[in-house]
Amino acid sequence: MKDALVITKRQLLQLFRVPEVLIFSTIQPVMFVLLFRYVFGGAINTPGVDYVQLLMPGIFVQTVAFTVAGTALGLAEDMQKGLIDRFRSLPIARSAVVVGRTLGDATLNVVVLVVMAITGLLVGWRPSSSGLEILAGFIFLLVFGYAMSWMGVLVGLSVRDSRVANSVVFLFVFPMTFLSNAFAPTTGMPRPLQYVAEWNPVSTMVAGVRDLFGLEPMFGATANSFPSQNPLLMSMIYIALLMAIFIPLSVRKYKNVAPK
Amino acid sequence: MSASIIAENLVKTYGTNNEVRALDGLSLTVKEGTVLSLLGPNGSGKTTTVRVLSTLLRPDSGRATVAGIDVLKNPQQVREIIGLSGQYAAVDETLTGWDNLIMFGRLYHLSSRGAKARADELLEKFSLTDAAKRPIKTYSGGMRRRLDLAASLIVKPKVLFLDEPTTGLDPRGRQEMWEVINELVKGGVTLLLTTQYLEEADQLADEIVVIDRGHVIAKGTSDSLKKDVGGERLEISVPIEQLGEVRRIVERITQSSASEDVGVHKISVAAPGGTATLIETLRELDTAGIHPLDIALKRPSLDDVFLALTGHIAEEDVETSSAAKTKRGKR
Repeated sequence: MKDALVITKRQLLQLFRVPEVLIFSTIQPVMFVLLFRYVFGGAINTPGVDYVQLLMPGIFVQTVAFTVAGTALGLAEDMQKGLIDRFRSLPIARSAVVVGRTLGDATLNVVVLVVMAITGLLVGWRPSSSGLEILAGFIFLLVFGYAMSWMGVLVGLSVRDSRVANSVVFLFVFPMTFLSNAFAPTTGMPRPLQYVAEWNPVSTMVAGVRDLFGLEPMFGATANSFPSQNPLLMSMIYIALLMAIFIPLSVRKYKNVAPK
Repeated sequence: MSASIIAENLVKTYGTNNEVRALDGLSLTVKEGTVLSLLGPNGSGKTTTVRVLSTLLRPDSGRATVAGIDVLKNPQQVREIIGLSGQYAAVDETLTGWDNLIMFGRLYHLSSRGAKARADELLEKFSLTDAAKRPIKTYSGGMRRRLDLAASLIVKPKVLFLDEPTTGLDPRGRQEMWEVINELVKGGVTLLLTTQYLEEADQLADEIVVIDRGHVIAKGTSDSLKKDVGGERLEISVPIEQLGEVRRIVERITQSSASEDVGVHKISVAAPGGTATLIETLRELDTAGIHPLDIALKRPSLDDVFLALTGHIAEEDVETSSAAKTKRGKR
């Protein structure tokens, strides 16, 4: 565990040495907030509730879902540079490097979420629930991001090339975040897509976080499906599933990984 | 002296039908406190050997010990006593040299103070003190390699593995690296180093093991290998239709059999007479009305060692191309 923290520290040190990374990884979600708030928001009809209230949980979830990209990219790059080989030749636990990396990415998420929340407040986001519930919402987001990060470990160690890691991740995370209730009501989608969107972990997360921030969880969804009824429970199941699948697979992969 | 590294009959295959035999029954022994150089072309199994001995890769069969510890049974104990520096400078490029050494020091479980003291010491030793607070990105190739080497020396390893420590360096960087390595060897570390350059093996190693296609094809001291190869060689490139005639001429002059590389229209022959042989050959060729495209006296290279030992040029393309298909590369 101590070794893992050394790896985490290394990652945070990188942020100080190359602050551009931190700046650009926060600019993107901030841009999304502004784009959806002022560009697309006007075209999306949300009777009875201000769009920005619905939007913010969506963008929070999208951002933490993309942790998978950060983790995958970072590990693929370490792989390419031969750093993983070096780490594997050290007398440290086999899990230290990947645990350290995921913790580092989780820490980065804290920073990004804070910056986004401030941006949100500036453009009119006002969560209506209690402080405790809001805090619970953010913790929920971080845990989801952490689970996604483990998926990134497997991707990064498997593709072993940062460019490939990038395209692989975008190929499935982009549709995953848009094929959801994050930005627009699912009722506008063709029937089969509505089902996909409702069972999508991103949707259940968004709905769960909306709930915790004091909103009607779904907007315009077919309200009788199980995930629409129990978004928080469903999200917890998804998080547990992600971790149960990807943590053991990732650690096993790390043990036997070899660079290209 | 006792053996510090023992590898016995290592086999490692890749591909769905095990068609790429990266290691094909490789055995070697390195005596304590000596330097062994593993010499071979790309794809001959050098890196795979290092990866197996440094616990990064499990072989399909065979056994290996490092400082008496079984590499396959107790890899974690082996990791405590080895240092590894790979083909690429495997350090974090965004961090400074200092940051890197501290990080690796901590990962070797030095105390915070201990890691700092050791970092200072190593930076000083490798003439990197001035660059300590600069990101590795700004380092020259030679400086990166030195820092990489420094990182592998943090806990004063008993056994050090250097995988092609000078590949890609300019002559000056290579020279500096050799000095550093020679310095280390005087300190008594057991070193296994891989290289593609005979000259490098010559400079650094007590013993040389030549490998090809995953197994050992020769071993001995640099001198004994050179004796096998036969000193300087004369190489002549001519238009393809004149290859035969040129071959007859040089074989008559040198009284030894020449080899022919039809692909590049080149005749190569041992030239014990050195420049005298060169001049005589030129004169004879001129008389015969043959004007070579190129003619040169060469000191023995890895290719010549291979030619002498195996009768074929070091064929890196065979394995790398088939290995590329299996997406594993030469490792």
